[in-house]
Amino acid sequence: MYDVIIIGAGVVGCSTAYWLSQYEMSIALLETHNDVANGTTKANSGCMHAGYDPQPGSLMAKYNVEGSLMAKELCEKLDVPYSNDGSLVLAYNQQDRQTLQELYKRGIENGVKELYILDEKETRKLEPLLSEKVVGSLYAKTSAIIDPWQYTIALAEVAVENGVDLKLSNEVKAITKENDIFTITTSKGQYRCKYIINAAGVYSDVVHEMIGEKEFTIIPVRGQYFLLDKNEGEKVHLTLFQCPSKYGKGVAVCPTVHGNMIVGPDAETVQFEDLATTTEALNYIKERSALTMDCINFRDNIRNFAGVRARSDRQDFIIEESKSVKNFYNLAGMASPGLTAACAIGYHVIDWLNTKERFVKKENYKETRKKVRFKDLSFEEKNEMIAKNPAYGRIICRCEQVTEGEILDCFNSPIPPQSIDGIKRRTNAGMGRCQSGFCGEKVAMILKEKLNIEFNEILLDKEGSNILMSKAKEGDY
Amino acid sequence: MYDLIVVGAGPAGLSAALTAYENGLKKILVVERDKEMGGILNQCIHNGFGLHLFKKELTGPEFAGRFIEKIKETDIEIMLDTMVLDMDKNKNVYILNTNGYKKLSAKAIILAMGCRERTRGAIATPGDRGAGVYTAGAAQRYMNMNGYSVGNKVVILGSGDIGLIMARRMTLEGAKVLACIEINPYSAGLRRNIKQCLEDFDIPLYLSHTITDIKCTNNRVSKVIISKVDEAYNIIEGSEIEIKCDTVLLSIGLIPENELSKEADITIDERTKGPVVYENMETSVEGIFCCGNVVQVHDLADNVAMEAKKAAKAACKYILEEKTFVREIKVEANKPITYTIPQKIHLPIEEKVVDISFRTNKVLDKCVIKVTNSNGEVVCKYPREYVIPAELEKINVPVSLIKDEQNSITIYIEED
Repeated sequence: MYDVIIIGAGVVGCSTAYWLSQYEMSIALLETHNDVANGTTKANSGCMHAGYDPQPGSLMAKYNVEGSLMAKELCEKLDVPYSNDGSLVLAYNQQDRQTLQELYKRGIENGVKELYILDEKETRKLEPLLSEKVVGSLYAKTSAIIDPWQYTIALAEVAVENGVDLKLSNEVKAITKENDIFTITTSKGQYRCKYIINAAGVYSDVVHEMIGEKEFTIIPVRGQYFLLDKNEGEKVHLTLFQCPSKYGKGVAVCPTVHGNMIVGPDAETVQFEDLATTTEALNYIKERSALTMDCINFRDNIRNFAGVRARSDRQDFIIEESKSVKNFYNLAGMASPGLTAACAIGYHVIDWLNTKERFVKKENYKETRKKVRFKDLSFEEKNEMIAKNPAYGRIICRCEQVTEGEILDCFNSPIPPQSIDGIKRRTNAGMGRCQSGFCGEKVAMILKEKLNIEFNEILLDKEGSNILMSKAKEGDY
Repeated sequence: MYDLIVVGAGPAGLSAALTAYENGLKKILVVERDKEMGGILNQCIHNGFGLHLFKKELTGPEFAGRFIEKIKETDIEIMLDTMVLDMDKNKNVYILNTNGYKKLSAKAIILAMGCRERTRGAIATPGDRGAGVYTAGAAQRYMNMNGYSVGNKVVILGSGDIGLIMARRMTLEGAKVLACIEINPYSAGLRRNIKQCLEDFDIPLYLSHTITDIKCTNNRVSKVIISKVDEAYNIIEGSEIEIKCDTVLLSIGLIPENELSKEADITIDERTKGPVVYENMETSVEGIFCCGNVVQVHDLADNVAMEAKKAAKAACKYILEEKTFVREIKVEANKPITYTIPQKIHLPIEEKVVDISFRTNKVLDKCVIKVTNSNGEVVCKYPREYVIPAELEKINVPVSLIKDEQNSITIYIEED
């Protein structure tokens, strides 16, 4: 029996687990998939928004601004790539300029610091390769970019080290309550607890209605992306948004913390968690991105993907105790700026729990994590590492220069990877321009050996994504 | 200090190192990232290698073996399991292996890193993102190096040679190869491979078609939708065909791998994605040469090995002799020729002829390749029965005909 069970190990669930794990309470974190950060969390632009976008007074405004302020220090503690280069909202005409003024005012009201309206010349000085059509911008200096899956994995790893029971591959099937004790039935077993935190993303309405009444609806909104080679990444320095207009919110062109360029998303309501990319949407994104930069070479695209945002029918985050189920707390509707807000949302869950009973902080808890990134080490440090462990001297992923040592490190971490993509999200192996054409086989064989599984059990990512089907014929030689 | 450092021990690197040794260089180092020499040849267990160079049909490993055995008789130093992480224009090379991270220097460098396969992202093929989509070379590695097959019902996108070879290989291993889909109206692979790998196994080749959707069931490929395209590569509505399959192999082109070359400020030709080279395979940085698929994608390993010899001889000359040339001219290409190797020629040079190779992006029957000087006068011509994009075309231009040229020569093709 646990004090708290968190449903969903995306960035919101993991942030909640991270902060709660500092208190004297027993916690389980349930996740449908075989890894954390495997839903909406892994498929977005990686932007930490400044907070000028949400309506003043909304939960989105409150948690966005607070999250944006917390993120830098948190990423340092967790040793997660974070880059605070700022963002621009680009204006194309007089009406856009007015919109920029409104966004500026909204930002100030939301408490966003370091916002500036720039003229064309100042804008181009910050980002020289913008299209001819740009006439000005809103510059938000506090906007940042992060690696969303490393961030979430780090939050979860520290939570696990502080005693949180992470239950992967546990899809929640039913929830019952008797004498104030919840029983959660999953695909793997049954777990009991006093409090439930619902962070089930696109499925948070479904999970809530397993025991409660309909209080909100999640509308899955798909967004597609291009991820371009680092050659293209050199062209962009700031996160570049287009001014929202009657034609929609526009698509963003952003750098990633790894040095690539990411272009997208569009926004399309879908019926379920449909992660397919489509020709129509990709063409739309390509076309719209030219307004920001018309020199993007899409021949240097290395990957397309889609993410599904969990937009709620309230046009805001839902952060509240269920009205129909006592001791059941919803963290739902985490559409953009959900990634930015997640750390602040998780941080405040204790405030609600403390209205129920008094939880005290542990004497000893971890709040930091360290990770070896061989590529970023100095000449001397590289040699020191190799002297300690020769596996750091063997490159597995040539595009991203990831060593065998770093891949082996994952298997000694609190949440060992279960798939090739699990290794990718932890080390960047396979994320580069050859998209694992060269290293995929090496990584697969390491995974097979470390997990002690058969070749036909090696997964690319989720359950069912087995990469090898049969053995080659054997003959007499 | 080494005389020569060769980066890569595939057919280009091995042939270059051996030639340099035979031409009198003493301190030669070959750096190879894999655990054995041979490069991509090790996974090419089919035959067809060596016909030009050894007048014999060899498999890839046998072809590599010819070089490896000879190299073992020399005192060429080989560093395996070693990756070059960085390089500069002063010919310093930074290598990483289990012994440490070191800086090495050489009088000359030969780049022979080969190429990589284009991926699904490069052509933005839409659809689901489960398992079951591989580049043909990756599937070949699983099959021939690890002994595992990636799937049972296979559709091949692109008709590059590796895809064709894998169509046959997967079929022989009991898989059903349902179709080979090529967006161009012509095949990207060698004629002999179309015959021996598709036609002989009754595998249909769909020209002017592409995959317009990949569908997964339970996170593994379950079907593809293919559609016909028009001359401008626009998808023709209503032409969709559904093929149930569990695997898609991509054979949609190769890209020379020049991230290291860029570190040394070597000028890259946007058309080839390889270094701009002179007739002796020297790059824009003096003393750094290159050969094989790092320069341009070749059809045959034999040609790679021969180009490597040229680079090695030039590297020896660079180290051991005074240079003869004082100026350079450009080699220009007119449509449908997409590029030429070399892009520049040093003058004057001792050689009697300059080899110029190129590809077209159009199938041409009976035609004449012509070389003109900067006044537009034809200096030499080469009749051909056909020129096709899948086959690298080569001409030998007598140096005597271009030796007085000041600016450039131009190569073009006229159909009869």
